[in-house]
Amino acid sequence: MVDPRLSIIDERIREVSRIVAVSSGKGGVGKSLAAATLALKLTKMGYTVGLFDLDFTSPSTHVILGIADLQPKEDRGIVPPMAHGMKYMSIIYYSGEYATPLRGADVSNVLIELLSITRWAKLDFLIIDMPPGIGDATLDLIRLVKDIEFLIVTTPSQLAFETVRKLVSLLKELKIPVIGVIENMKTHKSDTIRQQTRKLDVKFLGEIPYDARIEESIGSAHRLSKTIFAEKVGEIALRIQ
Amino acid sequence: MHEWALAEAVIAAASEIAEKEGLSEVTEVKIKVGELQQIELDILEFALSQLKSAKLENARFSIGLSKAEIKCRVCEHKWILATGNLDKVTAEAIHFVPEIAHTYIKCPKCGSPDFEVLSGRGVWLESIRGVKREDG
Repeated sequence: MVDPRLSIIDERIREVSRIVAVSSGKGGVGKSLAAATLALKLTKMGYTVGLFDLDFTSPSTHVILGIADLQPKEDRGIVPPMAHGMKYMSIIYYSGEYATPLRGADVSNVLIELLSITRWAKLDFLIIDMPPGIGDATLDLIRLVKDIEFLIVTTPSQLAFETVRKLVSLLKELKIPVIGVIENMKTHKSDTIRQQTRKLDVKFLGEIPYDARIEESIGSAHRLSKTIFAEKVGEIALRIQ
Repeated sequence: MHEWALAEAVIAAASEIAEKEGLSEVTEVKIKVGELQQIELDILEFALSQLKSAKLENARFSIGLSKAEIKCRVCEHKWILATGNLDKVTAEAIHFVPEIAHTYIKCPKCGSPDFEVLSGRGVWLESIRGVKREDG
């Protein structure tokens, strides 16, 4: 038996110029905030942007951006609704606020289903908020999405960077482009992550200071766009365009 | 409709296989549709007839159904999910993403959401028949 969905994925993303997976080795490094803010900044710069929350068991970009009461349109598949000027897709349209406990094979199935039915149409950027780590979603995206690029978020912690090293090594081995590394939640001056990133022969895209006020911006794209965090992500967006 | 997206995938997959197998014409496409996703068969059939490529022009689409058989990973209880009994919101969510069953459905014996769908998930291309190209 053949899974026909695999044959239509290329067609669904044919008109998307760049697909950027915002990833991290560990959770809690600010990856979803970075993905959501990057999508907002690129939209503001005049690009047509899609944001796809691929963290199926713990989606959070809708909370960050204050997206509620939206539903995709059905038109020979699913057409993602617009939120803050970008096309937004998440499992929350179907799971609501309930828990969705999924094992690896289920995660793959959801990913394949959504890739095969979502009609993104023409986009300059599709930003993907990845679940942390090198699990099913990462492996499936690499398998199914040609020309995927990874942007990696870390913190100054060696614990976080150790997993970045593993992620970068895997991506390089598979010849998947890595746009660069962002160092988030920086509390003091140090060049360690910058130097270690360069040693991996990967671009260091910039550092973002720890922003104590970021929590107050959760739920409002407007407040988020006024933070120091967003200002720094905006500078990074200029470097990756 | 969602059925159109799935029909498009079936046509693309059948065309791909026909090309790989050197078929000049496809005469039959067998499809298995799982009941969990509650696909509307008449819409799927209509979409298939509208979307078929030149090579599939004379193909007959035969659609078989498979029951949604589920096995609990905790207590090993097996059951057939009667999708007709689901409320509208649940049914619609599962229609688009069958794994959403883990959000709304629990094992009727032990209440766990940790179950495996043994059969009856999604749309599958079972087989295709056709005429080999003479040069193939």
